[in-house]
Amino acid sequence: MNKNVKLEVRNITKIFGKNPQKVISLLKEGKSKSEIFEKTKQTIGLNGVNFEVYDGEIFVIMGLSGSGKSTLLRCLNRLIEPTAGEILIDGQDITQMSAEELRNTRRTKLGMVFQNFALLPHRTVLENVAYGLEIQGIPKDERYEKAREALETVGLKGYEQSKITQLSGGMKQRVGLARALANDPDILLMDEAFSALDPLIRSDMQDELLSLEDRVQKTIIFVSHDLDEALKLGDRIALMKDGEVVQIGTPEEILTEPADSYVSRFVAGVDRSKILTAESVMKRPEPFVSLSSGPRVAMQLMKERGISSIYVVEGKNRRLMGILMINDALDAMKTGKSLEAVMIPVIPRVPPDMPLNEVIPLIADSQYPLAVVNDAGKLLGIIVRGSVLGALAIAGETEETGGPEAPDLEETVRTGKNEGEAGPPDPESSGGLNGIIDKDSINKGIIDKGPIDKGIIDNVIGSGPAPEVEARSVAPAPEVGARTEAPARPELKGELEVKTW
Amino acid sequence: MVIPRIPIGNTVEFAVDGIETHFGAVLDLVSDQLDFLISALKDALLFLPPELFIVGISLLAYFAGRRNIKLAAGTAFGFFLIENMGLWELSIETLALVLSSAFMALLIGVPVGILCAKNAVIYHIVKPSLDFMQTMPSFVYLIPALIFFGLGNVPGMIATVVFAMPPAIRLTNLGVRQVPKELTEVADAFGSTGWQKLAKVELPVALPTIMAGINQCIMLSLSMVVIAAMIGARGLGYQVLFGIQRIDIGLGFEAGLAIVIIAVVLDRITQHLSPK
Ligand SMILES: Nc1ncnc2c1ncn2[C@@H]1O[C@H](COP(=O)(O)OP(=O)(O)OP(=O)(O)O)[C@@H](O)[C@H]1O
Ligand SMILES: [Mg+2]
Repeated sequence: MNKNVKLEVRNITKIFGKNPQKVISLLKEGKSKSEIFEKTKQTIGLNGVNFEVYDGEIFVIMGLSGSGKSTLLRCLNRLIEPTAGEILIDGQDITQMSAEELRNTRRTKLGMVFQNFALLPHRTVLENVAYGLEIQGIPKDERYEKAREALETVGLKGYEQSKITQLSGGMKQRVGLARALANDPDILLMDEAFSALDPLIRSDMQDELLSLEDRVQKTIIFVSHDLDEALKLGDRIALMKDGEVVQIGTPEEILTEPADSYVSRFVAGVDRSKILTAESVMKRPEPFVSLSSGPRVAMQLMKERGISSIYVVEGKNRRLMGILMINDALDAMKTGKSLEAVMIPVIPRVPPDMPLNEVIPLIADSQYPLAVVNDAGKLLGIIVRGSVLGALAIAGETEETGGPEAPDLEETVRTGKNEGEAGPPDPESSGGLNGIIDKDSINKGIIDKGPIDKGIIDNVIGSGPAPEVEARSVAPAPEVGARTEAPARPELKGELEVKTW
Repeated sequence: MVIPRIPIGNTVEFAVDGIETHFGAVLDLVSDQLDFLISALKDALLFLPPELFIVGISLLAYFAGRRNIKLAAGTAFGFFLIENMGLWELSIETLALVLSSAFMALLIGVPVGILCAKNAVIYHIVKPSLDFMQTMPSFVYLIPALIFFGLGNVPGMIATVVFAMPPAIRLTNLGVRQVPKELTEVADAFGSTGWQKLAKVELPVALPTIMAGINQCIMLSLSMVVIAAMIGARGLGYQVLFGIQRIDIGLGFEAGLAIVIIAVVLDRITQHLSPK
């Protein structure tokens, strides 16, 4: 992604009250919010918010109810007038614009989609979508033409003349989206646009927004209180608390390096397996052996590392050719066969961007570590069970943590459980799991930090042999005859990227 | 200690006299215009033969009521009865008076209602005035109207306008205020001007409530027009008054019945006009 700054927010502050300047000066004196509220009875909606949004990205603003997300979004198009600060869109400060300039900017650069759809009840679908163009004085034929195109983009062709009341929630929000798109704005502001929809429809709409984003390349600023949604949609996420931005980062950064206990508590309930990718949990593929070297070299490498199998690659580009078992290497040494003749060419491969929840069933069923391979066939890394578990366990989840909607922050502070890294796991909810993990002593340091969703553990540990101590080591060497069999089980065909060479 | 009587009555009398002497010419001009409006409407309605009028108003009721055949039939029967009782001309005169009064009340009331919704200062001035206007017994309006405009239809109409305007203001104000915040945000977020927001979002969305105000305004006009017979407004009210003076139950009842018929028909038609 090219990182042109599309929109820049500098020190935006919003005070709700009669005498905001007084609050600003109190803030400068370093008074706390509760003190200020006691004194002045004015609410601080936003306090010195800074961030940049890049051209073409989806930037998610996330936080609990009342954290100031809607206020922030509405400051961006001045539906709410910020008390102080600057908002630059393409370098122009919108806070300094005259009414006329503001109107033009809103018409051409900023589209908005609302939580409760906000469709005009007296207008048909088409007239709703054409609203933005109508107020710009665009002739009827032209604006209906564009509105039809926008409706087609959101998959509502054929509903042009429908009444708003005849539409389902999902369809209404498509109309809302089409209305914003019809103006062809650079930036889409979306305030909890999918929150009023049923979970299934909501998920569909998220997928469609992502595919739409691929096609139309808008900059989208999306407000959500739902972490899963934020992680799914966001190229980057800003996490808000009490009118301030606590952390800005990619979904992975938010998950793996929470800035403080608030963030880690916030992300505690999330299903990491959907967010993390194969790439983020893979290990360096070393050692590997080149196809051109002999079985002796391979044996030596395996002996050095104390492992029972090794990947075979070809050339400078590390093209993955297969896997060599220690038994077969011995065999080859005795009989003088080449590496190519004894290695197992068919092994499970996954692309680097495969989400972890798809990786898990593969690795659970596989006898070997998974090879992470890019489009060119280059071996990028390997995934063993231990690294999957480790990644899922990072930052400590406890099973009784509520969803991301309602983390009990008071509790966090009192017990200090979540300071920095997570505290020890709750014995009651996790004793059993811990046992299993400890016994296998995989990635001990990480696993200790907390138990993981039991379902995932079962998934990974429940089937197949237990992972071995060395992360790089490979499952028990198969019998000699095994080399002709595909290692993947039949039901996994199709899901697995299995190639025969 | 004796507190002297505060001369409220005298002051009002004095003010009314002052207006009468200084603005007499203006008042006469207004009076002429209004008289013209009423007469023109009345003449236009009377120009139609009763049969045609009945067909017309029944069709109006039919379509206003979303193809409501019962309402159309009831309307036709009601107006046939009026014609049959020999009260046609009086009824049309009442109708003309009601419609022109309601029209004036709405002409002032709806914009004032919009202003009230938009501007807190105006709202805080208008609201107590409305309370005052509505709690004052309606007969009281007759006196200044009589003084400024003499006897006849025009003072009746003025009193009616004053009496019927408050619900138009109130409900317009309410309707515009009740437009969901998200919808006004839509108007703003897409870059509407103030007028565009009003015409394309606020008024259409507020229309059902405004129509309720219009309905109330017309009903109140009708009731006041009858009372206004006391200062010389003609039509059915005058007939009722006549019946009272002569203690002629039959005459009074027939005129009363005609008023009820007109009231019901106007109510049903305007009720259904609001889009739902
Ligand atoms: N017009 C207003 N007057 C006074 N306080 C306000 C106003 N609007 C918002 N606030 C306060 O500002 C804070 C932030 O509100 P905001 O609506 O931005 O929260 P939010 O993060 O969007 O929450 P939600 O998820 O519930 O929509 C809240 O404490 C709210 O009470
Ligand atoms: Mg909100």
